[in-house]
Amino acid sequence: MKYHQPRDAIRQAADLKRRQVLHGFAAAGALAATGRFGLAGAETPRKGGRIRVSSVSSSIADTLDPAKGALSTDYARHYMIYSGLTQFDSRLSAQPGLAVTIDSGDATLWTVKLRQGVEFHDGKPLMPEDVVYTLSRLKDPATGSQVLAIASQFADVRATGPREVQIRLAAPNVDLPVILADSHFLIIQNGTTDFRTGIGTGPYRCVDFNPGVRTLGRRNPNYWKPGKPYLEEIELIGISDESSRVNAMLAGDVQLINGVNPRSLQRIRSSSGHTIHETQSGQYTDLIMRQDASPTDSPEFVLAMKHLLDRDEILQAVFLGHAVLGNDQPVPPSSRYYCPDIPQRRYDPDRARFLLRKAGLPRTRLAVFASPAAEYSVDIATLLQESAMHAGLDLHVDRVPPDGYWSNCWMKHRLTFGNINPRPTVDMLFSLFFRSNSPWNESGWKNSRFDALLLASRSERDEARRKEMYWEMQRLVHDCGGVGIPAFINFIDASDRRLRGYFPIPIGGLMGYNFAEYVWLDE
Amino acid sequence: MRVTLQLILKRMAAAALTLLLVSIIIFTITSLLPGDAAQAALGQNATAAAVAALRARLGLDQPVLWRYLHWLGGLLTGHPGYSYSNGLPVSAIISKRLPQSLLLAAATTVVSVPFALTLGILAAMYRGSWLDRALSTTTLAMVAVPEFLVATAGVLIFAVKLQWLSALTFVLDHPTPLEFLRSYALPVLSLCFVVTAQMARMTRAAVIDQLSQPYAEMAALKGVGSARVVLTHALPNAVGPIANAIALSLSYLLGGTIIVETIFDYPGLARLMVDAVSYRDMPLLQACAMIFLAAYLGLVLIADICAIVSNPKLRRP
Repeated sequence: MKYHQPRDAIRQAADLKRRQVLHGFAAAGALAATGRFGLAGAETPRKGGRIRVSSVSSSIADTLDPAKGALSTDYARHYMIYSGLTQFDSRLSAQPGLAVTIDSGDATLWTVKLRQGVEFHDGKPLMPEDVVYTLSRLKDPATGSQVLAIASQFADVRATGPREVQIRLAAPNVDLPVILADSHFLIIQNGTTDFRTGIGTGPYRCVDFNPGVRTLGRRNPNYWKPGKPYLEEIELIGISDESSRVNAMLAGDVQLINGVNPRSLQRIRSSSGHTIHETQSGQYTDLIMRQDASPTDSPEFVLAMKHLLDRDEILQAVFLGHAVLGNDQPVPPSSRYYCPDIPQRRYDPDRARFLLRKAGLPRTRLAVFASPAAEYSVDIATLLQESAMHAGLDLHVDRVPPDGYWSNCWMKHRLTFGNINPRPTVDMLFSLFFRSNSPWNESGWKNSRFDALLLASRSERDEARRKEMYWEMQRLVHDCGGVGIPAFINFIDASDRRLRGYFPIPIGGLMGYNFAEYVWLDE
Repeated sequence: MRVTLQLILKRMAAAALTLLLVSIIIFTITSLLPGDAAQAALGQNATAAAVAALRARLGLDQPVLWRYLHWLGGLLTGHPGYSYSNGLPVSAIISKRLPQSLLLAAATTVVSVPFALTLGILAAMYRGSWLDRALSTTTLAMVAVPEFLVATAGVLIFAVKLQWLSALTFVLDHPTPLEFLRSYALPVLSLCFVVTAQMARMTRAAVIDQLSQPYAEMAALKGVGSARVVLTHALPNAVGPIANAIALSLSYLLGGTIIVETIFDYPGLARLMVDAVSYRDMPLLQACAMIFLAAYLGLVLIADICAIVSNPKLRRP
């Protein structure tokens, strides 16, 4: 690259711009200090010991293929065995992982420098080809990847040196480093097609994998983070029945669990040997009003329904206070991009009645579909039915079994419930669930201003301006989007009191599924 | 003896035909389930393109009849295909789960059958007494209490409170008898609650039925003690119905243990089958269904053979 002798002013400007390299890792040192060692720093982690961890589900569909991970147990298993190019910290920013740097000049062409001396569990060194293989197969529809839609923005991934990979995106996206920390993007060995055993570079080696039964991991002595991990062995199981899961922990059969129902907290609190970890998150269960069907497409109807969600009541009765008030837009207050100046929408049956009358819908009978598949939706729907009665709307709750709900019911009827897990970036959240042409645009909401802002924000490197764009988008969704978001649901984990090193990563329970490399046992 | 053998062969042929017919029914019903493996695997992430690609890879775009014949051929040659949800051979998955189910069933059988027979015979011997009434009430209560209640109460008392037993049932590689007991006591206890009552009541009824026959009365009039009347006169004649009751109860232990398997996180066949249904994993689901059916037919067949062998009257139809 020659930066001297610029030919003209435009070229000069372009060169200047190119020199403002975008670094994927923001303030790594400071964040590591606050996030990782903030509390645990006072103690020296002890090595050794074994724990059993139970997540909320386990079935024959369990997989060792990061691309296919669909449930929390899968994510936890994958983070245990594999490592990503980047890692989440407690604020969901990207920290170095297998990549020591990840930089870009234009947010489109990214250069990844790989860490030296990283070994897979079978002794083979990590090569750029492994990264190329991992990322390329994610966008192949035949892989059955869960992140096909996100991976399709990888226009080209190629090895450009002995420790270097270049990723060219189809369009600029400043969030790439954060996206790569997601469990689906964990690095597997070049050419892997058989996932009966998992060969990764992660903190634990896979000793036994029995789908629907257990995953046994043993400490990887050659892990690329010196001194880590701490435990000798981790056995990961999945107990789907919540009370069984809590009982198993109280009986001492498992040491860490996630998915604790607020109703079980009293029992756990009364045990001296156990402790509760609660994390505010971006997870929400939302009421979906399809914008391509009548009468749910009427703006008055949508607004009326949003006013009929009795948020305070839902917060207390459904979540027993273990949730954060929602305001019909998907960015949670814990996010650094949360827009604080949108007035909180309140329960207002009179206004709802007025709006419904204005929409010409007094005394209408409507079915709303709820299912245990969309967590807490049945309870929320029941409360909604009650409030709707006060506004003269006859809602009928159609309770659907979880089996097949996502493929046959969700977004298919006029009024359904969805359940959205936190996404690492606001861009991902907006792109997946609110962009006009996204297949998961739950309500089928179309807003050209929103789409234009979304596109512009992806290449906006100025943090303040990007924040402004995200704020406007939140206002748009709040004002006219087709979903009602009553609350953001807290993640509740519980563990044996001797288990240390826990800190929340608000992408999910079990420390954002990353517990394996951080926790240790204090005997 | 020839007649007995013929009868048994006939029964076996009928069982084989039943298996074939049921295989057709299973295949038809499972293909009527809404949604398929591709949609189930992708869940919330199922876009049309992703589903089509996965469907083609799994062979779900083939006609149903062709898929059935392919499956049946595989089944007969011992290759029940590959699981849709994780790509492993169905035989490999089942070979890990079937022994667990059999182990739990065997442990429950060893405990429950002698217990149930003793209860049933005692109740029959002292029919009408306070013992009989107490046993009747207890067994009826046992039938009425749902097993999740027994299991959960057992866990709360013995695992959480007293910490004597394990709240989960772990698959142990080389368990000592004590470890085995700690791990299996609660699920076996919960299952015994369900099956014992059934068997005990049927045993009582069958023995009482025989005791009301003239030959039993004759034996009693000749001065034979009541224990001997029951054990050597009435019981051999009651073997047929008792064997049937036992067979029915035990067939439950293979496929009907879903609640116990869920509560104790036990990797048995019943949970595997429920998983298979929710993931639309047809090869696995069909294999499980065929195993349950075969086990059921096998048990009923054994009960029939017991009845035929023990009762000469049945050999002369």
